[in-house]
Amino acid sequence: MQIPCPWCGSRPLDEFEYGGDATKKRPEGKKQENMEAWVDYAFLHDNVAGRHKEYWQHVGGCRCWLIVTRDTRTHEIIKSEFAVPQLRSNQR
Amino acid sequence: MRYSLSAIIRNAATGHKHWPKVWKNPEPKQSYDVIIVGGGGHGLATAYYLARNHGITNVAVLEKGYLGNGNIGRNTTIVRSNYLCSENSQFYEHSLKLWESLSADLNYNVMLSQRGALNIFHTPAQRDAAIRRGNAFSLNGIDSVLVTREEVKKLAPLVDCSPSARFPVLGGLLQPRGGSVRHDAVAWGFARAADRRGVDIIQNCEVTGFQIEKGRVRGVETSRGPISASKVGIVVAGRSTLVAQMAGLRLPIESHVLQCFVTEPVKPVLDTVVMFAAAHFSIVQSDKGGLVFNGDLDGYNSYAQRGNMPVMTGVAESAVSFMPRLSRLRLLRHWGGINDMTPDGSPFITRTPVKGLFFNGGWCYGGFKGTPASGWTFAHLIANDEPHPFASGYTLSRFETGRVINENGAGPQPGRH
Repeated sequence: MQIPCPWCGSRPLDEFEYGGDATKKRPEGKKQENMEAWVDYAFLHDNVAGRHKEYWQHVGGCRCWLIVTRDTRTHEIIKSEFAVPQLRSNQR
Repeated sequence: MRYSLSAIIRNAATGHKHWPKVWKNPEPKQSYDVIIVGGGGHGLATAYYLARNHGITNVAVLEKGYLGNGNIGRNTTIVRSNYLCSENSQFYEHSLKLWESLSADLNYNVMLSQRGALNIFHTPAQRDAAIRRGNAFSLNGIDSVLVTREEVKKLAPLVDCSPSARFPVLGGLLQPRGGSVRHDAVAWGFARAADRRGVDIIQNCEVTGFQIEKGRVRGVETSRGPISASKVGIVVAGRSTLVAQMAGLRLPIESHVLQCFVTEPVKPVLDTVVMFAAAHFSIVQSDKGGLVFNGDLDGYNSYAQRGNMPVMTGVAESAVSFMPRLSRLRLLRHWGGINDMTPDGSPFITRTPVKGLFFNGGWCYGGFKGTPASGWTFAHLIANDEPHPFASGYTLSRFETGRVINENGAGPQPGRH
């Protein structure tokens, strides 16, 4: 498996670190007020069989965090972009 | 027919033409008392113990493929009970006790070999941790022995114990009752024993939906038509979240690939199970002579039953640095199994918000060794609607309440265990 990094181009898998589900939104407010949302955020992931949006960090390269869309059944990579929206205009 | 010496002699005399089928292949009935979704090791064990311990024999086990094609045949066959957390240690010790009498109980040789499970440590900090674990095991009544480097040399001469080793060996923690089991025989043995007690094992029957009315399960939809039952158990590790989704449940589980490897067969060189603390690496020699070993998870969500190259090379490097003589061996086969990984590394044997629907899964790396106790306690839960005391901690609500059972102190990312 190779991951296309927007800075560095297509690089082998072992340069990247997995960061998990990228669709989760950190809840607003204090933990005590919103426990259900925090439990959902920390523990319940959709575990999609198919197209999965996930974080990867290019630790062995530019060290940028990426959001990669990958098919979990075939490991085909559909899309790869910077996790930080402001960087996306620099995408190669 | 009971398997016995006289049965062998009788059948030998008649040219082995009259051995009965190991299990029947019945058509599904319209309704059962209990339906078990998933004919893996745990599902078959559950059906067997429902019949054996609770007298419930009107049971169907529905399997999407054929028996033994899932994780029951995709593991490294190791059994042991040296767990630190008390919820896990009582559960896995019960499991090991069941393994010890399983061949006689099933009338099927599962080829348990209690050759000892040895955890090797390499640093003073790991030694301290091993001593602490060993003391905890002793307090829980689980056998464990601290062994020196010299004893490691004797127990496993393949291990590089020289001072110049990449990861010097300081000693190990041994569970003498640990060992390995022939994994296919576990599936076949439980299937045959359940079948003999009247359970219907239905292969090539995929569950495609659940019939739920007013919060209560009424049955399942399958590729071979609807089947009704007032109690349904889901035991489909690897696919848990997808199957549970059909019943409207969200589970704290992620699917990850774990690769296993087998070398070409060689003469006996390793008569104990060895695990190394310097890397996630464990190794055992099979009865056919192949060295069977595994390493880390591939590291990302996956439903593809195959592994990636970086982990494969990493595992091969571990193998050669711990046991340099393995460098001349060639890999014969390698495969990937899909593991249900949970946020605390422990499984679920639990009721669900749907009445009559029970869930067993999230086994991380503990599935194979937990097979008999998983069936035992899940059958208890289904029969009595009350959790078995040995599995009462394995609930879905433990993340809300904070009563997690976290063997490694890792998490909450499921892939970190």
